[in-house]
Amino acid sequence: MERETGSQDGPRVGVFATCLVDLMRPAVGFATVRLLERAGCRVSVPAAQTCCGQPAYNSGDNESATAIACQVINMFMSFDYVVVPSGSCAGTLKKHYPEMFANDPIWEPRAEDLSKKTYELTEFLVDVVKFKNVSANWCNSVTYHDSCSGLRELGIKNQPRALLENVSGLIISEGAEAEACCGFGGLFCVKYGDISNEIVGRKVADIQETDADMVLGGDLGCLMNIAGKLKRQGSSVEVRHVAEILADMHDHAAIADPDSVEDV
Amino acid sequence: MDPQIRQFRGNARGAINNRNLQSALAKLSSGFPARRSQAAARLPEFEALRDEARAIKDHVLEHLDIYLERYEAEVMSAGGQVHWCADADAARAKITEICKAAGAKTVTKSKSMIGEEIAINGHLESKDITPVETDLGEYIIQLRDEPPSHIIAPAVHLTMDQVADTFMARHEGLDPTRALDEPRKLLEEARAQLRDKFIGADVGLTGANMLIAETGSNVLVTNEGNADLTYSLPKVHIVIASLEKIVPTLEDAATILRVLARSATGQEMSVYTTFCTGPRREADTDGPEEYHVVLLDNGRSKLIGTEFQAMLRCIRCGACLNHCPVYQTVGGHAYGWVYSGPMGAVLVPGLIGLEEASNLPNASTLCGKCESVCPMHIPLPRMLRSWRQKQFETNRSGSFARVALRVWAALARRPGLYRLAVGLGIAGLGAWGRRRGRFAWLPMAGGWTGGRDFPAPNGDTFIAQWHQGARGDASGAWLRRQGP
Ligand code: SF4
Repeated sequence: MERETGSQDGPRVGVFATCLVDLMRPAVGFATVRLLERAGCRVSVPAAQTCCGQPAYNSGDNESATAIACQVINMFMSFDYVVVPSGSCAGTLKKHYPEMFANDPIWEPRAEDLSKKTYELTEFLVDVVKFKNVSANWCNSVTYHDSCSGLRELGIKNQPRALLENVSGLIISEGAEAEACCGFGGLFCVKYGDISNEIVGRKVADIQETDADMVLGGDLGCLMNIAGKLKRQGSSVEVRHVAEILADMHDHAAIADPDSVEDV
Repeated sequence: MDPQIRQFRGNARGAINNRNLQSALAKLSSGFPARRSQAAARLPEFEALRDEARAIKDHVLEHLDIYLERYEAEVMSAGGQVHWCADADAARAKITEICKAAGAKTVTKSKSMIGEEIAINGHLESKDITPVETDLGEYIIQLRDEPPSHIIAPAVHLTMDQVADTFMARHEGLDPTRALDEPRKLLEEARAQLRDKFIGADVGLTGANMLIAETGSNVLVTNEGNADLTYSLPKVHIVIASLEKIVPTLEDAATILRVLARSATGQEMSVYTTFCTGPRREADTDGPEEYHVVLLDNGRSKLIGTEFQAMLRCIRCGACLNHCPVYQTVGGHAYGWVYSGPMGAVLVPGLIGLEEASNLPNASTLCGKCESVCPMHIPLPRMLRSWRQKQFETNRSGSFARVALRVWAALARRPGLYRLAVGLGIAGLGAWGRRRGRFAWLPMAGGWTGGRDFPAPNGDTFIAQWHQGARGDASGAWLRRQGP
């Protein structure tokens, strides 16, 4: 039996943690679970999950991408909802799986079914379960980076802001270019590193214009890119996934910051 | 201009280090997008017009043969001629033939990306015919012997000082101490230089923003009025256009015009919108005696019926370039041929082959901004992915990135093995990087770490910790407890 937490009579939610959260920043996974529990859900994190297949899909390797997609569909088919702490991976499940299986009599309906119940975390909290009870504190100003897939594939813009407004003490200072791409782009950031680096340079300049102490966002890929650039420039601006602040789980080091102050 | 797309990476690096270019691009990136969004916001029916415009072009592409034949019939009944050209060679030969027949020494030109696509200038020069660009931007880059860097703003890569220097160097017989420090002065000087050329030209060559089937007209949109002089002064007029430029009716043309300028420059309308139909009639006071249309295919009809058909809806507004983070970083020349930015990255592999253009579909973050602003709703990111897929299928060679990706994908399909492998990898990486929280350098990730640090992972994976019963708490104690 897989581990299950939260309220037993709530909707059954499967968390698709995403490979980056799984590998790079477990804190986001824990924060996601905590938020879903608080929102009254019955939460599972299927142990066999790996990756949504987006790197393969975006590189033209449709054979691998569809094989991975079948695996994800099978794993999450039985849940009421699938919640993903990433706009771009949620977008893959929601928008691209149905595309991948277009005209496949068996898999297209399954992909459509999964698509209908898949949500990005903040989208799920605000639009589906109408979660209002954010009990978190953060007495500082933050700015928000709207990551491309979340914004343009899923229309996520107001949901994270609506949640953050309920964090006591928190002030949102919007960047003029909050919606601009950070230049991550999956494998693009390595393949065309020079260009990617210039794009993220403009992104962090916009962030610094806001005078915020922290950048939040819903996609770890973008956040790692932004944090990597800020830290290379010696900036003290912290970078975190929005779930960490919403779940009030932010005592550990921010992205790309040293593990703990005493260790430095 | 011969394609130089293989040099994309090197070109991009050069572009990033070119200060003048970067300041010109910064201006473009803040100017055009802001003006577009204001123009769109001022027009309540803008979104509805986009849908209509898309529907018009989709309809045409489904019935292209019918509309092309109708168009040809109308051009002929207005006294003009249509020359069907399958490729660039055929189009060049036809244009030269018409010029020779007219005994042309100089040809004024206006507004044609197709002219660039078939490299007509060099060809005419080789036949002792002098082409004179009359669009200010085109004129400037012709003086500098450079290709255009943007489909609607060909000299957008230059700063005003560079233009002034070019005029100083190339305009002979003028006071070398004259001031050229304002756009207006530059414009006046160019205008004075061009006036005689307009009057002396034997043939006028223009592109076309649209071809209208019901009237046989071509539509020209400019801000300088140069197209009108190119059309009306010389004895012979040649329109060079690709076949997907067709629209059924004047009404349809009006719909597309309403989204075109708004998307391109944020203007409600361009300053001049001209409808040219055939040669002068008896009662006309001006206009050409001959009217030719060189209708070019050059690979476009092959795209019909494929997943790239929607690319032929493109009206060349340039919005996708203006909003593209990659274009904003490297400018148009880096792309190595006439068409740049997202529309170029989709169209060029279709026109000249994926092998030659293999860089273009990959040099994109797939951020989706282009599709969101494209007045014709062209799904550019989806098509970039389709090119990548074709590339993956045909390219069996084992580049490093490709092998790494295959290994990753193979692991992702085997959860047990994946857990084992990533668990070990992450533990090692985490132990190495946890003290600083990041890496300044990582093997084989130079593309990233050249300009950025790479965040270190936080110890054990989430899935492993979760299934060991961890909950994560505010203090982050689990990180240290569970860490390697
Ligand atoms: S693809 Fe769309 S946005 Fe780009 S130039 Fe063509 S019509 Fe304009």
